Amino acid sequence: MQGEPREGRIVVVGASLAGLRAAEALRDAGFVGSLTLIGEEPQPPYDRPPLSKQVLLGKVSADRTGLPQRRRVDAQWRLGVRAIGLDPIGKEVLLADGEKVPFDRLLIATGTRARPWPKPAEATLDGVFTLRTGEDAGRLAERLDAGPERVLVIGAGFTGSEIASACRERGLAVTVAERGPAPLVGALGGTLGALAAKLQRAHGVDLRCGVTVTELEGDGRLTGARFSDGSRIDADVAVVALGAVRNTEWLAESGLAAGPRGVTCDAGCRAFDMYGIVTDDVFAAGDVARFPHPLFEYQLLSLEHWGNAVAQAEVAAHNMVNPGPRRRPHLTVPAFWSSQFGLNIKSVGVPTFSDQVVIAQGSLKDARLVAVYGYRGRVTAAVSVNQAKALEYYERLIETAAPFPPAPGAADRIESPVPVPSDVPDPKTLSHGPTVALTGHLPDRRLTLVQPAR
Amino acid sequence: MAADTLFHRITDYAHRADPYPFYAELREAGVARQEDGSYLVGTYHEIEALLHDPRISSDRRNRTVPDETAAAEQGLPPAFIGLDDPEHHRLRRLTMRSFGPPHTPDRIAGMHDEITRIVKDLLAGFVDKERIDVVDDFAYPLPVTVICRLLGVPIEDEPRFRAWSDAIVAGIDPTPGEDPTERPRAAAEARKEMGLYLGELAEKRRAHPSDDMLSAFVSDSADGQLTPLEIMTTSVLLLIAGHETTVNLITNGVLTLLRHPDELARLRGEPALMPRAVEELLRYEPPVQMLPQRTPLADIEVAGVTVPKGAPLILMLASGNRDPRRFCDPDRFDPTREDNQHLGFGSGIHNCFGAPLARLEAQIALHELIQHLDTPRLVEDPPPYRRSPVLRGPRHLLLAPGRDDAQRGR
Ligand SMILES: Cc1cc2nc3c(=O)[nH]c(=O)nc-3n(C[C@H](O)[C@H](O)[C@H](O)COP(=O)(O)OP(=O)(O)OC[C@H]3O[C@@H](n4cnc5c(N)ncnc54)[C@H](O)[C@@H]3O)c2cc1C
Repeated sequence: MQGEPREGRIVVVGASLAGLRAAEALRDAGFVGSLTLIGEEPQPPYDRPPLSKQVLLGKVSADRTGLPQRRRVDAQWRLGVRAIGLDPIGKEVLLADGEKVPFDRLLIATGTRARPWPKPAEATLDGVFTLRTGEDAGRLAERLDAGPERVLVIGAGFTGSEIASACRERGLAVTVAERGPAPLVGALGGTLGALAAKLQRAHGVDLRCGVTVTELEGDGRLTGARFSDGSRIDADVAVVALGAVRNTEWLAESGLAAGPRGVTCDAGCRAFDMYGIVTDDVFAAGDVARFPHPLFEYQLLSLEHWGNAVAQAEVAAHNMVNPGPRRRPHLTVPAFWSSQFGLNIKSVGVPTFSDQVVIAQGSLKDARLVAVYGYRGRVTAAVSVNQAKALEYYERLIETAAPFPPAPGAADRIESPVPVPSDVPDPKTLSHGPTVALTGHLPDRRLTLVQPAR
Repeated sequence: MAADTLFHRITDYAHRADPYPFYAELREAGVARQEDGSYLVGTYHEIEALLHDPRISSDRRNRTVPDETAAAEQGLPPAFIGLDDPEHHRLRRLTMRSFGPPHTPDRIAGMHDEITRIVKDLLAGFVDKERIDVVDDFAYPLPVTVICRLLGVPIEDEPRFRAWSDAIVAGIDPTPGEDPTERPRAAAEARKEMGLYLGELAEKRRAHPSDDMLSAFVSDSADGQLTPLEIMTTSVLLLIAGHETTVNLITNGVLTLLRHPDELARLRGEPALMPRAVEELLRYEPPVQMLPQRTPLADIEVAGVTVPKGAPLILMLASGNRDPRRFCDPDRFDPTREDNQHLGFGSGIHNCFGAPLARLEAQIALHELIQHLDTPRLVEDPPPYRRSPVLRGPRHLLLAPGRDDAQRGR
């Protein structure tokens, strides 16, 4: 890095959660140089978690989820324009409108986008949606307002399950199709997947697992869908919730280690080039990043979690304006939450990094519990259902690599103190991608990231 | 009397006005085993961890040492504060239904104007007084009036339940070496009487419901119902908690502000700072100084010391709040302090149920009071304290009001 780290030109590509929080943190850390934020979406940064919850329920309109700015960032905002290339030698970002934006340091925060329905002709039928942006959510909410006869949700990961929950809360008929054995199973494994399946059915969802949607039917407008088991349904709305694709194509010629699994970076958010050499002026944060985590044996992790985007952005910003010895690693224990079917689900650690699971507190019957995950005899994750206050304890166990199974949490009724296999399926058997991807080969070598159909 | 252990010194009434040097000693000692077999923990991170540790019970019946309090409590079962999940969760959830979100999200915020009115009425009573007792004239009547409104208890009965309440609070006093059976027995008796009284009131609401919490307790609901016995234990808990803690929060607040006149002046000019100032008070002079009723259900290791299963485990919240390893310059009262995750309301599943109400009452009370009095002066510092080392606060706090009514056009 040349010159004073608190001066010069910083460019952030991706003006959403990670981009905004990084920009704020840069200013907090005393960066006085010029700051440019480039974002493809025309609107200022907004929050995505409400899109599949409050927005679909009609409690908040899609254009009202703007992220609060915690401080003035004093930046040039280039919104509504896409970055299409990066020249690492000339140190310029190339924009779709032909402009070139020079930088001294660059932060890549381009996140992910919804994986589209693979058959383009069917994907463009009226009534077929994906959900990633505010615009998507606005259009879908409008369609739900109109009272469709039946909504088909394709993929029962977190987003798909939340959409199904919102539809049921609105009293709409819903069919959920999932290739894997249960909803959420890719993220949480078999035990909680089975609970999720039970709950969805109890809430009136027509849940179909172990099947795929083979065809979306319609002539201009969606009318129904066919399944791999030979059945079909009528539906006038379908939401494709097949996971996310990382927005890295624009980096294809950049020489960076950027591909379908994300932009690989070190624990200090510095991007690697394609030879595995760490760069000193290109950083990555948020959903697009893929980084090694010591708690998970330095496996490269890609996380699609709100909290990770914030924490990683703050570390990236700190490291962009501090010299080597002052730099910090991003070692936060991964955490996310979801709300659906009246449940508050929270997770710490990486549940897919596991071979066993035990219900440590509460019970499946009451749908109020803490499931603790272990890998080769140590605690690696915990998921609470309607019992979030308990999680802090388990976070500490994860951080200290405490032995698995944990000593019984005697303060609660224990349903099955015996660990059972965590049953994390091979991602290839899921419709959607897992929201945490271990992009190496542990545990048990089965967790290779599903390669998106390209 | 028994030996001069650290816990004796902390609970010794002679040190009530300033127990903080002993807390520093406790933090130095790490986990301190007392001669009666109990363990004191006074460091922030250890307390935090224990408050989230599922192996720690809040139910005294899990103690293996002889426990007079538990023995005496046979009459009325513990309220949810003294229970573990899942019972604790069920009762707390059913109680929360009529108190806070998601079922009753606006109950507390909606009391803002009413609390302000009660505060202003009390302040109006200060006119012509040479001496104000912040406790008797202000900090006590406010929360009592509020909790009575909230629960639906006639304020005229206040003298009755004040006596019960005093006896109950004396019962949780863990001062070692003193009359081990008498106070707990009197407390159990008082709880029973208070429970019967509140249970009867609730029964009357069944026929004549209004919008108070007792009415809500007896009304039918889809997701479960408190039994008559549970209504008794729960409403005793709420009445006591609403009665005894906010008084100390407000009084400790007035005392602290008067000891820091610059900060008082600043808060008078910048009322928007008050919420943060109240958080700092909860850290600096917490009304609940310790949680005396935790018990490990297994041998657990705390900072290198094994606390055996069944031993009394006493968490010194006020000490954790002044831990220099957590808060910088912890003995400094700084109403603008950021990063103030204090233990004033505890933490974990038993995290104070009434926190939103206590915050609101203290914010309004302190704001209105310092706007009302121009140059208040402490008559006696330190003031006389109440007896309890658990719910710690002055018994009286005499002020020379120093108000300038003419200037304010009264
Ligand atoms: C419907 C939904 C619900 C969610 N719910 C939860 C939840 O409950 N809990 C949780 O923990 N997480 C949840 N998440 C995940 C969370 O929102 C993400 O982790 C977070 O948004 C990641 O932030 P980011 O800034 O890294 O990426 P993004 O938010 O994806 O932002 C990336 C931005 O970069 C822009 N961009 C992309 N390519 C380019 C380019 N070439 N040039 C310029 N700009 C570009 C995009 O337009 C986008 O605005 C949810 C996500 C969605 C979509």
